[in-house]
Amino acid sequence: MTDARERQLASQVLGHAAALARFAFVTAVTFLGLLAITFFIGRVVPIDPVLAVVGDRATKEVYDAAREAMGLDRPLIVQFLTYVGDVVTGNLGMSITTGRPVVEDLGRFFPATLEMATIGILIGVFLGVPMGVLAATHQGSWVDQVIRVLGLLGYSVPAFWLGLVGLAVFYAALGWVAGPGRIDIYYDGLLDPVTGLYLIDSLVAGEWDIFWNALDHLMLPASILGFFSLAYIARMTRSFMLDQLGHEYITTARVKGVPERRVIWRHAFYPIRIQLITVIGLSYAALLEGSVMIETVFSWPGIGNYLTNALLNADTNAVLGATLVIGAVFILINKISDVLYRMLDPRAR
Amino acid sequence: MTDWLLDDSPTSRLQANLGRAFRIWTALLRNPLAVVGGIIILVLIAMAIFAPLIAPYSPIGQDLANRLMPPSADHWMGTDELGRDIFSRVVYGARITLLIVTMVAVIAAPIGLIIGAVSGYFGGWTDRILMGVTDIFLSMPKLILALAFVAALGPGIENAIIAIAITSWPAYARIARAETITFREAEFIAAVRLQGASSARVILRHVLPLCASSTIIRVTLDMAGIILTAAGLGFLGLGAQPPLPEWGAMISRGRTFILDQWWVATMPGFAIILVSLGFCFLGDGLRDVLDPKQGDKS
Repeated sequence: MTDARERQLASQVLGHAAALARFAFVTAVTFLGLLAITFFIGRVVPIDPVLAVVGDRATKEVYDAAREAMGLDRPLIVQFLTYVGDVVTGNLGMSITTGRPVVEDLGRFFPATLEMATIGILIGVFLGVPMGVLAATHQGSWVDQVIRVLGLLGYSVPAFWLGLVGLAVFYAALGWVAGPGRIDIYYDGLLDPVTGLYLIDSLVAGEWDIFWNALDHLMLPASILGFFSLAYIARMTRSFMLDQLGHEYITTARVKGVPERRVIWRHAFYPIRIQLITVIGLSYAALLEGSVMIETVFSWPGIGNYLTNALLNADTNAVLGATLVIGAVFILINKISDVLYRMLDPRAR
Repeated sequence: MTDWLLDDSPTSRLQANLGRAFRIWTALLRNPLAVVGGIIILVLIAMAIFAPLIAPYSPIGQDLANRLMPPSADHWMGTDELGRDIFSRVVYGARITLLIVTMVAVIAAPIGLIIGAVSGYFGGWTDRILMGVTDIFLSMPKLILALAFVAALGPGIENAIIAIAITSWPAYARIARAETITFREAEFIAAVRLQGASSARVILRHVLPLCASSTIIRVTLDMAGIILTAAGLGFLGLGAQPPLPEWGAMISRGRTFILDQWWVATMPGFAIILVSLGFCFLGDGLRDVLDPKQGDKS
């Protein structure tokens, strides 16, 4: 008896280890793919990187010397390996717009994006999941219709347009929220950047004024991001729940007289929580991506804003650095939710 | 006529094909949302073709005396900061939107289909390598990737199309592979192969046509996403360049006036939403008709 238990436990541990090993391998390969793509994009940029350094009046000798010094005369594969080595050691080159190393810039801009996307996903989860469950248990009710419409709008409304309309309505016309930017100008620089997340930093410092001001600025962009994840999460929750509620064990539970609330949350919702992890992971990753547009509209000093500024100034190092960071986080969240699903769901093993 | 179309034992291939098309058509007509979507897209196409007849003004003609006028009987959607009629620009913008979605579909779908079909048909290492590359592309953020490609290629409508196509093909490769695997071992494939058909012929003549319906559904459903990405590139100044009346770029121009002259930025947005919704409706309808088992329960 204990033997069988032990063997089962051992196979479970083995299964987890295999899932983790697979996760590590697939993630590493995908990262290499991302690096290959950014390397390729960096190479096909029509601006000659040598000319940018020596200027177009340099002699042939100077040009060749610079080319050699920059390593551009070496075989592509060697250049790629050098590039991978640089990225791994945290060397992404200098940004020509800010004049600082790209890695340093990214470190300064990332927390703003993270803060906005996190509040966005919290809104999406805490409103979207209950709405999805409600829509599944009350098919055809108004909640169900609202979710259907929201789902369609989530696929067809441009995020930047919604941001502009939101600013016009809730900031300019109604005055419910603060305008663009992360914080009012007179609070700027008062806060010690411990984590870079203003909400947490201001709480740590005990500066309630700054906390409320930052929240005021955060509310609108985060809600707009949250709307897109809400639309997706609610739709998926509804469809998972309908699937579960159609199973016979649910009918059995009802026939046995289990209270409806318990049937819904304990019997039907419990099994779908694993599928929901994947959905939430995917929409969190999508939010990081979607924040590029929203940040431009709200002058939010995050990584998306940094990326679009760099794009307009043809600042290749900064563009590739920001692409790498957003891409890497996106891939990581995707793969983590995938491995969690495999480890938690016995059927996927 | 109807009897001939719906005949259970068609006597020619033409009759069979026409009959199938007729059945799909009538099934689509019974789906109200699909009809609405189809009408929206027909209106879009008509607007693109007959833009000079529909638009009351020139899309680039400036009239500085009438700049930033609110919507009125003369200017249904108002005028922008150069006095150009926004309604006329939206009408002409239909051409650009239609061009972008068509070109992306024409470039991305065949590439994805061929990669997927080759991968599924041959299996083994071909499959592993091709699907490895596909999965790498699939797990990248599409918008960011498109942005980076446009940054490298330079702004402009052609480069925006190429960048969006590069990021859209993997989904079609996945679909084509999944479909191909289901009938790779089927007897009709074996029969064609025994007759001496080359792999290229089997894939092009017998495998790809069978992947067509699921690809058409997917392309239609993806159209909304393509329109949003293209508008996003335009909004950031990386897509169609001024004075082209691209909807995303028009929203970007109106950004400065959003607080006082709201119509400049909002009107093109409504056009984007309407067209995207149209493609969503039609795609959902097509999926229900062509592939009933995939429809989500509702």
